[in-house]
Amino acid sequence: MKTGSGKRETGNVLLEIRGLTATVATDAKKEILRGLDLTVKAGEVHAIMGPNGSGKSTLAAVLAGHPAYAVTGGSVIYKGRDLLDMDPEERAREGVFLAFQYPVAIRGITNSYFLRSALNAIRKHRGQEELDPLDFLSVLEKKLKQIGWDDSFLNRAVNDGFSGGEKKRNEILQMAVLEPTLAILDETDSGLDIDALKTVAEAVNALRRPDSATVVVTHYQRLLNYIVPDRVHVLAGGRIVKSGGKELALELEDKGYDWIKPEAVNA
Amino acid sequence: MTSIEAQVLQPYKYGFVTDIESEDVPLGLNEDIIRLISKKKGEPSFLLEWRLKAYRHWLTLTEPTWANIHHAPIDYQAIRYYSAPKQQKKLDSLEQVDPKLLETFDKLGIPLAEQKRLSGVAVDAVFDSVSVATTFKAELAKYGIIFCAFSDAVRNHPDLVEKWLGDVVPASDNYFAALNSAVFSDGSFCYIPKGVRSPLELSTYFRINASSTGQFERTLIIADEGSHVSYLEGCSAPVRDENQLHAAVVELIALDDATIKYSTIQNWYPGDENGKGGIYNFVTKRGACRGKNSKISWTQVETGSAITWKYPGCILQGDNSIGEFYSVAVTNNRQQADTGTKMIHMGKNTRSTIVSKGISAGKGQNTYRGLVKILKGAEDARNYSQCDSMLIGDQCGAHTFPYIDVRNASAIMEHEASTSKIGEDQIFYCKQRGLSAEDAVSLIVNGFCKEVFKELPMEFAVEAQNLLGISLEGSVG
Repeated sequence: MKTGSGKRETGNVLLEIRGLTATVATDAKKEILRGLDLTVKAGEVHAIMGPNGSGKSTLAAVLAGHPAYAVTGGSVIYKGRDLLDMDPEERAREGVFLAFQYPVAIRGITNSYFLRSALNAIRKHRGQEELDPLDFLSVLEKKLKQIGWDDSFLNRAVNDGFSGGEKKRNEILQMAVLEPTLAILDETDSGLDIDALKTVAEAVNALRRPDSATVVVTHYQRLLNYIVPDRVHVLAGGRIVKSGGKELALELEDKGYDWIKPEAVNA
Repeated sequence: MTSIEAQVLQPYKYGFVTDIESEDVPLGLNEDIIRLISKKKGEPSFLLEWRLKAYRHWLTLTEPTWANIHHAPIDYQAIRYYSAPKQQKKLDSLEQVDPKLLETFDKLGIPLAEQKRLSGVAVDAVFDSVSVATTFKAELAKYGIIFCAFSDAVRNHPDLVEKWLGDVVPASDNYFAALNSAVFSDGSFCYIPKGVRSPLELSTYFRINASSTGQFERTLIIADEGSHVSYLEGCSAPVRDENQLHAAVVELIALDDATIKYSTIQNWYPGDENGKGGIYNFVTKRGACRGKNSKISWTQVETGSAITWKYPGCILQGDNSIGEFYSVAVTNNRQQADTGTKMIHMGKNTRSTIVSKGISAGKGQNTYRGLVKILKGAEDARNYSQCDSMLIGDQCGAHTFPYIDVRNASAIMEHEASTSKIGEDQIFYCKQRGLSAEDAVSLIVNGFCKEVFKELPMEFAVEAQNLLGISLEGSVG
């Protein structure tokens, strides 16, 4: 929607997190998110950084609806709807995609079959026709071309016997095919060598769309040299304690997290 | 119950009863009953003598107790050993078959009427103690293939029956085989002549209908030199509170360069969620690779029965012969399965492959029990065994008892085993890609069984898919 009056036009708000609190599902005393706020607009790339144990991966898991965590307060509005009210599969069909830090293997099921099942579940949800194997193949080829990869993964069982780097690449391939509106990359850079990191980052960049957003969860600044964020947030003690532009990531690289932490504690 | 468990605990779809008048023998077992069964079938005297000998031997035996199964004692005098739907004595064509029987098999997805028949599959339909129809008999006869009810074979090919009956599974083999030999009532008979490759899949569908009745059928398949046959069997039974006994014997004989592929989809009534009712499936199946370069391959998908006790095996007698066993066994609710195989290597350069997949859910108990025996003369024998167990929920059990007996040092043996649990992480991963919990379980179970399902003929792959409620796409081929 245009707002007129000469203001710079930005995308619509895609995700609005307010005061989000969450615990481990089996232990209500173990609070990990403690009042987290975050606003993500269409077209943006956000980076969530922070020390180990700050709640980065929990945030990613909670947004995807992982049953290991219980949301105890706050709100998450996604595309104008209450995200927390949706089942994990509905979130996925509505365009929320989580690139897992530790992708799961499924024996005996080929990647291409798995991807087609997933894409068809999403298409069905949108009221689109499901794709037969041939139509799917042409979609797949187009996507592979877009990200510049070959088809060597497709006939292998999902993540079965994959190296760490292959698993991460496979997550990005799935992201390419499923065309999410909100992609959350959970430590996609961990375990990647520099060449693989570049390949993955280039694919993510190629997949950027004005109507979608990407949230990159990472411990290191390294990935952000290749996927340049619009906003960088520092997560500590379960809430966002500092936000800034891409230069904040460089500052963190330089100084580490320790100079942030006291602020978090005092906040 | 978790959503994963709910998915595999599907209601039994074949539990209806056909209301049909039957001709029964009195309950119980004695020599008079055996004479009566033999007389009803108009058998030659050699067969009656064979039965009586088996019966007398059975009386000296006790029920085996080594299997990992538990049940109340079986009262063999409370079982009816013969029950047949009333119909005209001799059936010349399908038109004379009681429409109720045709309707029953229609409902089971096994249409017998000419215009509706499954293409590419010849079916022998067995209802309680008798075969009611066999399709494509005449077409197969053109190739010299004999495919008929066992009773017909006794009447029309007594020489073949006398020569091969009990050749692989002697009447004295074990308790249930002896019982079967005494009272068996029907089953299927196949003979594939030299050099013939059967143009059709041959199959038998077994239906138990009458109450208090056991089913004791025998299947005998002889593949002469250089022949090739693929045989399928399926089965089902009504929902009843009582336990019914099914004690079958299957014998396969492969001569030089012959191949027999034998596939089973076992879907007897499994009993209810409390373990009430269900079939006791105590079956002896064995194939003999009598000839050099012969091959026998067993594939089984065992989803039904309250208790399954079966070990389809291969005697690898001919040099270079090959035995295979591919199995998926599912136990749900309170089902128990103790199943596996026996591979007996006698000939030189013999090979065997065992792939067993056990899936346990609910309070099901699933046991793999297998024997690989390499005899002294079996130079350069090889075996590969793989036993995988999957647990769904936390109240079920998986057990593996592999026995290995090697008497020739040139043997190469490989054994792999794994146990896995369908994890919340796997389910969540699939959900995060947009799949429902049901589809996720299907996918995971399907992937787990892939190595076995790909051995099934296409017609059966579809049946297996329906049974497990899972899609086979992506798994087959």
